[in-house]
Amino acid sequence: MKGKRGILARRDFMIATAAAGTAVLSGCFSSHNGGWENLADADAATLKAVCDQIIPADGFPSASEAGVLTYIDRQLTRHYRRHRKAYAAGLEQADRISREHFGAGLESVTTQQQMAVVSALETQNSGFFNLVREHTLEGYYGSPRHGGNRDAVSWRMLGLDEPPLRGRAQYDLRKGSPS
Amino acid sequence: MKRVNAVVIGAGAAGGIVAKELSVAGLSVVLLERGPWYTASDCRKDDLRNQRTTMLGNAFGPADEGNPRVSVDASGAMRTWLPSEGGYQNNAACVGGGTLSYGAQAWRYMPQDFRMRSTYGAPAGSSLEDWPITYDDLEPFYEKAEYEIGVSGDYSGTPFHGPRRHPLPMPPLAPNREFYILEPAAKRLGLHPFHIPMARNSVPYNGRGPCMRCRWCVGFACEVDAKNGSQNTVIPTALASGNCELRTECMAKEVLTDDRGRARGVAYFDASGHLQEQPCDVVVVSACAIESARLLLNSKSRLFPNGIGNRYDMVGRNLQGHHYTGAVGFFDYDTYDDVGPGGSIAISDYNHGTSGLCGGGMLANEFIRLPIHMIDRLPSASPRWGLGHKQAMRAAYKRNIQVFGPTQQIPTADARVTLDPTVRDKWGMPVARISGNVHPHTFDIGEVQAQRAQAWLKEAGAITTVKLSNKATGVSAGQHQAGTCRMGNDPKGSVVDRNCRIHDVDNVFVIDGSVHVNNGGFNPVLTIMAVAYMASASLVQSWKGTGLKS
Repeated sequence: MKGKRGILARRDFMIATAAAGTAVLSGCFSSHNGGWENLADADAATLKAVCDQIIPADGFPSASEAGVLTYIDRQLTRHYRRHRKAYAAGLEQADRISREHFGAGLESVTTQQQMAVVSALETQNSGFFNLVREHTLEGYYGSPRHGGNRDAVSWRMLGLDEPPLRGRAQYDLRKGSPS
Repeated sequence: MKRVNAVVIGAGAAGGIVAKELSVAGLSVVLLERGPWYTASDCRKDDLRNQRTTMLGNAFGPADEGNPRVSVDASGAMRTWLPSEGGYQNNAACVGGGTLSYGAQAWRYMPQDFRMRSTYGAPAGSSLEDWPITYDDLEPFYEKAEYEIGVSGDYSGTPFHGPRRHPLPMPPLAPNREFYILEPAAKRLGLHPFHIPMARNSVPYNGRGPCMRCRWCVGFACEVDAKNGSQNTVIPTALASGNCELRTECMAKEVLTDDRGRARGVAYFDASGHLQEQPCDVVVVSACAIESARLLLNSKSRLFPNGIGNRYDMVGRNLQGHHYTGAVGFFDYDTYDDVGPGGSIAISDYNHGTSGLCGGGMLANEFIRLPIHMIDRLPSASPRWGLGHKQAMRAAYKRNIQVFGPTQQIPTADARVTLDPTVRDKWGMPVARISGNVHPHTFDIGEVQAQRAQAWLKEAGAITTVKLSNKATGVSAGQHQAGTCRMGNDPKGSVVDRNCRIHDVDNVFVIDGSVHVNNGGFNPVLTIMAVAYMASASLVQSWKGTGLKS
């Protein structure tokens, strides 16, 4: 029974996230200024490329599809205000590496080339890379409240019940042994 | 302001108990708390902003604005810390203190923990000492804490703990899956696994219901109020006595003294930032190890030029917490069932008795596994980012068990809290400056504990294990902070006597983790509570003998 429920949950989830992914692309990147609170459009495009290398799409959404850019953008006006300069410099550097090696901005090069640029960034500016890595993972695996982990996609990916089950104490006492 | 019998500073684990014991005994009490009173509806299950996982700030204080601390490392480099950063060594700032959002492991220390120097001798460079009280002195008060606060669990599986007159008032929660995997493995190794004692309702108790077993426990307030802290037990009792007034968002500035060197009251900043003076007969400082020391050091006067209680430069020394080590084991089947609170099984076979080591520590399975906690805890071959990291998260999240524990920390006199000469908080008071290091023998113990955790996980069927063992530079304090106002018989080597009374001021008491001579190989809260009950009983007795009335 548990397996069946899992399959259903996963199918529903795939549909939901496909829709969510579309919403991200059409909602955030088409309007003027992208609707970002802090990021300039160009920086957002570079950041999207970086984040999606840190968490690429597979059967489950990529970082940006799950709202990680929204998470980072919002926090750059709130708790991570102190990291604004690091972001501005780090994204500029990523874009520069891309132009030097591949003749185009990071958003425009191929996925393989983006991966090479992000690897170079990790070596050349580990401070910024570690920061953006941590923030990307926070946005993806943290609470949906902050704009990332949209519809709790990462939690479902990990097999966690979402919304969580309630009242399990009684259930477990009856069961008395592991399932 | 109307004079009261006692001002208690800090409404945490100890302060709540002292306020209750004094007010129920008939003393008029003002309980000052720098933070607000949160309720279950403030639970907010936020993986990024709670009291344990704080990248977006502390859920239960202090706020990042206006509350800095400074640390100095071994090379002399200074750094200023925000309350939500690790180096701050934060606990909490709210009614209930750490007990609002703790994991609620409610351990008794073992008899040997009170006699460390006699048992092992003091390692070179350490300040290891015996407590001036014994386990037997404290036993009735451990029991009182277990029954009044409410502790569930079952020690019957272990032969290593001290004698007790009664079992815990509540049975343990039903085991989670990790318990069933780890228990037979421990037994095969000849160990004695048992159910962790926890200040959490497993059945209805004290007018509140049982744990609903969600995964957001340590770091969070309890949504169904099944976790037992001072905020939902002793503080409501204190208020119901009619003798206790709780003043929240009030920050103590200093203990005021008179010309004879006795305390006459407490100066504090009220919720609107105005300086107030509350006259009283007795002052009890229960602000947690770092802030209690800071308050005493900030309480300077003609008779106490270096701070009250600090005649021999002992206030702030011996700061300690716990050095956590252990291991993660990765399995080829689902070991995680997402049934909270998480921690379920422990062994105390290794707390004492290992040749060559001064003590040891309890080992238990991990207490919380939010997805964000796994990002840097994957098998060692996993990439740090990219598809490989995502796949490893998926593969490992439900298939690992972490076993770790609080290693007995060997105290040193130079791990300490002083006042920073330049940095001030938002009220203009000098902030705590934290310096010194963990005694190296602590790391020896921690390394052996990590190997033991690894062996337990391997016996349980882990395919690979990763050791969690480091040699952190700097002090460890954090939520288990203790030791800064050491209890002792010698006024030159300690700050308070066995009744938690400052040696040279007869109406000022420090009652919280500050007085711990050492911090045991267990979470310290139940010992903080037991000491609070014991010291309160003695204080009430002195009061009735009129020794404290002015």
